[in-house]
Amino acid sequence: MKATAAGRLPMGQPLLRVEHLVVEYLVHGHVVHAVSDVSFDIWRGETLGLVGESGCGKSTLGRAVLRLNPAKSGRVVFAGEDLTLMHGEKLRRMRRRLQLIFQDPIASLNPRRRIGDIVAEPLLIGGVRESTERIRRVRDVLGAVGLDPDVTMRRRPHEFSGGQCQRIAIARALVLEPEFIVCDEPVSSLDVLIRAQIIDLLENMKARYSLTLLFIAHDLAVVKTVSDRVAVMYLGKLVEVGATERIFRRPAHPYTSVLLEAIPLPDPTAKLPSVPVGEPPSPLTPPSGCRFRTRCSLAQTRCAAEEPALSEVAPGHFSACHFPLVA
Amino acid sequence: MVTIDAGIDDTVTERLQRRSGTLLWLSAAWIVLVVAAALLADLLPLPSPTDMDMLGRRMPPDATHWLGTDGLGRDMLSRIVFGARTSLTVGVVSPLVGLVLGGALGMLAGYFRGRFEGFVVGIMDALLAFPPLVLALAITAYVGQSVFNLTMVIGFLSIPPFARVARAMTLSLSRREFVTAARALGATHARILSRELFPNVLLPLVAFFLLAVAVTIVVEGALSLLGLGVPPPQPSWGSMIGEARDSLDIAPRLAFLPAGVMFMTVLSFNLVGDALRVITDPRQAAP
Amino acid sequence: MSAEPLLSIDGLTVEIPTARGQLRAVHRVDLTLAAGGTLGVAGESGCGKTMLSRAVLQLLPRNARLQGRVMFDGQDLTRVVPKVLRRLRGKSIAVVFQDPTTSLNPVLTIGQQIIETLKVHLGLNGAAAARRSVELLAAVGIAAPEQRLRQYPHQLSGGMRQRAVIAIALSCEPKLLIADEPTTALDVTVQAQILDLLAREQRRRHMAMILITHDLSVLAGRTDEVAVMYAGRIVEHAPTTLLFADPRMPYTQALLAAIPKIDSPPHTPIPNIPGQPPDPTRRTSGCAFAPRCRYAIERCHGQEPGLSAPDPRGRRHACWLPLMNSPQPRATIEDAR
Repeated sequence: MKATAAGRLPMGQPLLRVEHLVVEYLVHGHVVHAVSDVSFDIWRGETLGLVGESGCGKSTLGRAVLRLNPAKSGRVVFAGEDLTLMHGEKLRRMRRRLQLIFQDPIASLNPRRRIGDIVAEPLLIGGVRESTERIRRVRDVLGAVGLDPDVTMRRRPHEFSGGQCQRIAIARALVLEPEFIVCDEPVSSLDVLIRAQIIDLLENMKARYSLTLLFIAHDLAVVKTVSDRVAVMYLGKLVEVGATERIFRRPAHPYTSVLLEAIPLPDPTAKLPSVPVGEPPSPLTPPSGCRFRTRCSLAQTRCAAEEPALSEVAPGHFSACHFPLVA
Repeated sequence: MVTIDAGIDDTVTERLQRRSGTLLWLSAAWIVLVVAAALLADLLPLPSPTDMDMLGRRMPPDATHWLGTDGLGRDMLSRIVFGARTSLTVGVVSPLVGLVLGGALGMLAGYFRGRFEGFVVGIMDALLAFPPLVLALAITAYVGQSVFNLTMVIGFLSIPPFARVARAMTLSLSRREFVTAARALGATHARILSRELFPNVLLPLVAFFLLAVAVTIVVEGALSLLGLGVPPPQPSWGSMIGEARDSLDIAPRLAFLPAGVMFMTVLSFNLVGDALRVITDPRQAAP
Repeated sequence: MSAEPLLSIDGLTVEIPTARGQLRAVHRVDLTLAAGGTLGVAGESGCGKTMLSRAVLQLLPRNARLQGRVMFDGQDLTRVVPKVLRRLRGKSIAVVFQDPTTSLNPVLTIGQQIIETLKVHLGLNGAAAARRSVELLAAVGIAAPEQRLRQYPHQLSGGMRQRAVIAIALSCEPKLLIADEPTTALDVTVQAQILDLLAREQRRRHMAMILITHDLSVLAGRTDEVAVMYAGRIVEHAPTTLLFADPRMPYTQALLAAIPKIDSPPHTPIPNIPGQPPDPTRRTSGCAFAPRCRYAIERCHGQEPGLSAPDPRGRRHACWLPLMNSPQPRATIEDAR
């Protein structure tokens, strides 16, 4: 389903709604504010790209949405049901509808098990009793991701390349036919040609299985290719959300603009990327007010005193800045 | 996909083949021989290990007694073979107790963390603080000497080292992404422990087990040498060495034969255990 | 340029015996680099680019077999005695590796690591070395350098660690800097800063640089020439502007096409080719890229194309059917027959 120009599908309820999510954890006695009061919606059939640099909390957010990290406060509502209130068996059963794909494909597969067992595991957990049925579905999904089941099923992960392992991980995520998949940097560790193959595969699988995706990455060009809408994160906060084209063409938040200008272009005649100033501050001691103000060329006294809320600067386009670049 | 570290992608069998020198195969063969001898001791055409012959004491090797006789006229070969049975019983069963109980405790502690882990680690540390030989002596003195008691005492004492190894492995494995993947699929704790963690922890634990066997044989030998292990007349390599102390100037072979056999057996377990450890550990470390 | 090239690699081949057979990491590579010039080496994992950089420094695994010559500043590095090599490494040729976390010793402070290099190679005493270290850290853009000297690597961010590594590399004024994926582990904003720093230092010191990466975009605008590697071989080598505008080798074209374009609309399919690079332990006949190349003809499978002689504009390629007149893809094979 294609997004409208405003970036929102005109539907009733979003498939996933995150409300005021806060995730903190302790490192050597210090509190790391990994995710600070993040709220967003994801509509059925869309891909929301979540982009930001290391330490911004995007991976933590992705896992907190799936309740793999404990959240300090906030709600995650999936298809109308509050995940944050679920425990034990109920939560485990819910997990079949939400899946996760990891950054390091080889590490996400148990090195001692065979591919056939790894991909069949979700079916076993999901209660598919008949082994013939399981084998059939494993073979189907392996074929769907472009691997030959006869060659693949009996082998172990170390016999495959990174790209092939990612295909296997995608197959494992798909075998239960989930509705929603969090892709946590799925192509960051892959070479450029394999990366293109896997992105292609994800797009095809999304269409084939009618999936909704949360695509987390630090590479803006990759995010642009796969996302309908994009959310930009900085130091635990969402700073900008909107339709992909719009954000990339006319970013409202200074940080988004800095990110876009830092991307090297594959064109020797083009201008070299602008060099941003300063180092990202630590998530242990985020700056007061707007967290980006220490590196922002537009920062003023108001930015230190008052934290900007995510507000609508154009239909469907939100920015957390007192002085957005677009009105 | 091959990167600089060209050896990482080898399968276990390939790496095993590379490391196998003749020494490794000889060690494995020796272990098989000793184990077979111990198991089949009753069936072998050997004189009784306990029959004394006061007229034929400390006899050199001849047709009836292939390795001669000891200080009480008992057949050396037979005593060594039956001694193997004792040493291996204690040497294998005790670490097995440690492997099963210690391994389980360690895995659970490393997986569940929190107060349970603190509790287990505290107990293990306390047990490790006791000097093992002294503790073994004290307990056998209290409950009496027998193969069973000895096995249980040493087994109990070997729980902490196994628990440590299992816990350390589980701690590092739990952080790996394939475990998170299993959680994301909705796997229960039992499933994660048995299907994801256990297969990865097993091989290193087995390698450690073989090394523990070597150590235990020596411990049993030491206890028996001091007269505080297996009670006579049941033969044990350690007690044979102890009894041969008086004859060292006349017939040193009475001490050297059991000592030599013990040495070879311990060495063999060490070599095989080491080879297994080398095969399994780098694979765990490979990213 | 009439001057002798600073670095001249001639017919370099590196083979490593493994359990699965002889691994040919680098195959008959010829490269030259002038003093002060910048060469980019691009390719995917396993193409041999890292092995190439290690071969220059003679830092190969002990059982590796090396053939060919590496001439640096008039000396053949494959033939000199280890003592001479040790003196060259770190002093005349410096390396920056990909992961600053593993190239720094975690139990030594930053200061100790820089000072060690300065003492060994320049023979400075403690006080002089300390002063120079502060200057170096400041030069690479680390704020409060005196404090940073006393800190351990884990107390610095990834970007700062990489700067520290660069400071160590530059400390002895090397003539050649080899940067092997220096920014791959870093964020895009930090990447821009680090690449800028490298370019600046290079200009200031008139230093030659080899920039190795799998990301071709990084090389655009920062290098004079680019060499593309595949399966241990150089398959194309050209001045940077020409390589990007008018690639001759289908592999180069595929690499360029597979870069997601920031100005394409969302859900634009990225052109890609199926398959993966060949296993370096298997000998291939013909062109190593032929199995994946959509233009391949029979000759490509049977006979390996060597790297051609440089054309008038300095371009070389290893292809029987080089592409002509980009951006249009070349005519189909049927048209060519």
